Amino acid sequence: MSEYKFIGKPINRIDEKDKVTGAAKYVDDINFGPNLLYAEIVESPYAHAKILSIDTSEAEKVPGVVKVVTGKDFPYKFGLYMKDRYIFAQDRVRFIGEQVAAVIARDPKTAKKAAKLVKVEYEPLPAVFDPLEAIKEDAPIIHPELASYPHVPWYYPHGGTNIAHWRKVRKGDVEKGFAEADFILEDTYRIPRYAHCCMETHIAVGFVDYNGRLTIWASSQSPHTQRHLIAEALRPLGFTEQNIREIVPYVGGGFGGKAGVTMEIIAAALATAVKGHPVKVRWRRDQEFYNTYMRQQVITKLKVGVKKDGRITALERTDYWDAGPYVEYGANVVNAATLSATGPYNIPNIKMDGLCIYTNFPAAGPYRGFGYSEIMFSIESHMTRIAKALGMSPREFRKINGIKEGDPLAYGAPMNENGLIECIDKVADAIKLEEKEESKDPKKAIGKGIAALWKAPAMPPNVTCSAFLKFNEDGSINILVSGMEIGQGMYTVMAQIAAEILSVPPEKIRVELPDTDRNPYHWQTVASHSTWLLGNAVKRAALDAREKIFDVVHRALNYEKDHLYLEDEKVKCTTDPDFELPLKDFVINGIMMEDGTYRGQAIVGSGSIMVEFASALQDPETSQGGHPNVHYTVGAGGVVLEIDKETGRVHILKLAEAIDVGKALNPETLKGQLIGGAVQGIATALYEDMRIDENGKILNPNFTDYKIPTSLDIPDEFIPIFVEVPQHDGPFGARGMAEHVMIPVAPAIANAVEDAVGVRVKAMPITAEKIALALLHGKKEVDDFFMAPTKKKEA
Amino acid sequence: MEKKTITFILNGEKRTIEVEPNDILLEVLRTKLGITAPKYGCGRGDCGTCTVLLDGKSVRSCLILAVEVDGHEITTLEGLSKDKLTPLQESFIEHNSFQCGFCAPGMIMTATELLKKNPHPTEEEVKEAISGNLCRCTGYVSIIEAILDASKKY
Ligand code: FES
Ligand code: FES
Repeated sequence: MSEYKFIGKPINRIDEKDKVTGAAKYVDDINFGPNLLYAEIVESPYAHAKILSIDTSEAEKVPGVVKVVTGKDFPYKFGLYMKDRYIFAQDRVRFIGEQVAAVIARDPKTAKKAAKLVKVEYEPLPAVFDPLEAIKEDAPIIHPELASYPHVPWYYPHGGTNIAHWRKVRKGDVEKGFAEADFILEDTYRIPRYAHCCMETHIAVGFVDYNGRLTIWASSQSPHTQRHLIAEALRPLGFTEQNIREIVPYVGGGFGGKAGVTMEIIAAALATAVKGHPVKVRWRRDQEFYNTYMRQQVITKLKVGVKKDGRITALERTDYWDAGPYVEYGANVVNAATLSATGPYNIPNIKMDGLCIYTNFPAAGPYRGFGYSEIMFSIESHMTRIAKALGMSPREFRKINGIKEGDPLAYGAPMNENGLIECIDKVADAIKLEEKEESKDPKKAIGKGIAALWKAPAMPPNVTCSAFLKFNEDGSINILVSGMEIGQGMYTVMAQIAAEILSVPPEKIRVELPDTDRNPYHWQTVASHSTWLLGNAVKRAALDAREKIFDVVHRALNYEKDHLYLEDEKVKCTTDPDFELPLKDFVINGIMMEDGTYRGQAIVGSGSIMVEFASALQDPETSQGGHPNVHYTVGAGGVVLEIDKETGRVHILKLAEAIDVGKALNPETLKGQLIGGAVQGIATALYEDMRIDENGKILNPNFTDYKIPTSLDIPDEFIPIFVEVPQHDGPFGARGMAEHVMIPVAPAIANAVEDAVGVRVKAMPITAEKIALALLHGKKEVDDFFMAPTKKKEA
Repeated sequence: MEKKTITFILNGEKRTIEVEPNDILLEVLRTKLGITAPKYGCGRGDCGTCTVLLDGKSVRSCLILAVEVDGHEITTLEGLSKDKLTPLQESFIEHNSFQCGFCAPGMIMTATELLKKNPHPTEEEVKEAISGNLCRCTGYVSIIEAILDASKKY
């Protein structure tokens, strides 16, 4: 086994000094000078309505107001995968909170005051919130022009309905598969909406200088994609990628919510209306709930057939996703999730349908897990239920069906190398799954549960990542990338990769935050693909620089390039043990020859990569053919929990997770990410409970009423486990894992709750209230779903 | 509204500024005084990202009017970092206690107050003390470890 110097080591984060001193600048910390203006957005109070008229005259009269704009000023559409959204509403609003107009003023208080004076006349239209209602024949149609919307080739919108995209997966013969089964379990699961709750709310500042150049500072996961989408939308005003620049400083959390484009385009558009002034748009916490992506609500009808020996013979499912009124990003969640909605199992006969449905809730889209948290809740609840029905251990049942390298995926391509079975075993062992434990407190019961997971990066097949690397006089290095440090510790890992190849310690490497003018292209920091893909780009850049270093030494000193190697910031030679040349002596200034001339160049390297084996072209009726996913990362999670039988309150005693990361490049940051993601999983399972009224209004858009975990809500013990089955095309064998850690937690908890008290909760979240009421009324199954109470029909 | 002149000690320096009676301390610190470590996370006292010390006691600067600090002393994370890092800050680095780092300024101020009042807290006391400071990234474990470890150095 090769020994690495920096790879696989718990290197400290390179951004930590900034963050521990308060020096780290986030967008709102930047001083934009006295010319800065502030925008207040006028938002729709209706979930679905026609805009009859907008009167801005009173608002314009308020002293300090610079300009008031409406949709008429920006009749431009945008969208990442489908263009179905306007910057400001045109003649119709489709959710509460939709942007109708904006007041730009010299200070926030004035903007807010004036925004109240904008008079908008609406004609309310019937709205629809339940995805099952929305696909009925007589449902109000939210986008009558759906059929004409431009979209990527792997979307299948159904014009004239509310179905924005319908992904179908067919393999084998499900009827035959169910006929062969000895046991069939069929049920419905329901998952509500969730909010990302980054501690930093969305913020963007736009600025058009007198030269006509647009600069955007944003809290973003996607500087290049935002620049491109904003350029596309604002083309009629003369903007191109060339004269738009996006700068992204530190970001206070993303989790998918700051991917694609949401409010950034508003700041960009407003800046075009007040040349020479930077304009700031910052969401208040309640706006953050409405006006960024949420996680989609989904209703799953699932049917699985098995033989007595535990082999799954057939799986059929339909997922009804509520994506809100704009699916320009969210439909891709549905697409990605449906292709993998079997879970990590080898199943011969499959029929799966994923329907992405327009509703009048706020727009939903990417959130840590990208649909997998949702599909895996139903699958992994089902797996344990079937195992128990067969009298089998949930561990054994998963191992029998668990997918292995080379097994065919639902869409036909073969599964990649993976350590799924090892992960399942390690987690089951860590929590002693098969050993029943009794609580010392007779009022409490202890339960155990596990769940497997998998997830592939969901990306278009032609995603590119690139990196620049340059040496400085002292032999230190700057790396320029446009992957975002949103908290995951990516820059530290990029430094480690370059450090390993160039033998320069990570503390002498800076990785720079993106500026689209200077840093090379990176699609978006999403899909947990940065370690894998950007890591490869950084590796290539480092190898490129190394090649140039050896070339200079060869030209100056005649050593064969093949004999040279790097160690301890020096060039050394295998054939001349006495030779060593410190990098700092020549990487900028070159090497002097006897005649006083120099050989050399300032050493720079570049690296870029595109996945050339992926393809999204599949048969629309079956999804067979193509290679939509580059690979999967697999794992498993397990919990031991204790339930108070009177209050229903759940306390997690132990949480174990094993993830096959290919190679743990930095075990310390991985551990932090695993624990953080697991707690986010616990949050969705036990605490977060979004309530929306029958008009589509969120009743708890704040942290008083929408509970995310505090330090008092975490498990007593965490057991993070990393399995390392190398990814053949990963940097040092690594693959990504950021989102994955959230996925198994909710189903593992549901399974443990049933194990403890015999109550199967099929509608998330698994609140204390649901458990306590079930126990009180002797109910074995809980379907209660509280999110949007529908109006009581007149009898 | 009539402006008010207030004088207070900010990170060890005497400052005199004009504010409106309804100006919030958090925004005054950030926009008038360039003190940006305290962050806006919710604006209503729920998240703790805006925590500063008022005469040594942790408060939420989004819930305090600027006029209220007249004659008092305010310390923010910038004030802790002036000369060299405190053992607590060192410990946060050692334990990788941040991911996005947005909660850090408030978290460190709350922990600073805790260790001052109670230099050797138990794990439960640490959890209790920081339970008003939300962190969405770390799952709190590394933060709790950092505080406990730092307490050994006091
Ligand atoms: S911003 Fe003050 S507590 Fe959240
Ligand atoms: S590190 Fe991101 S909120 Fe705490």
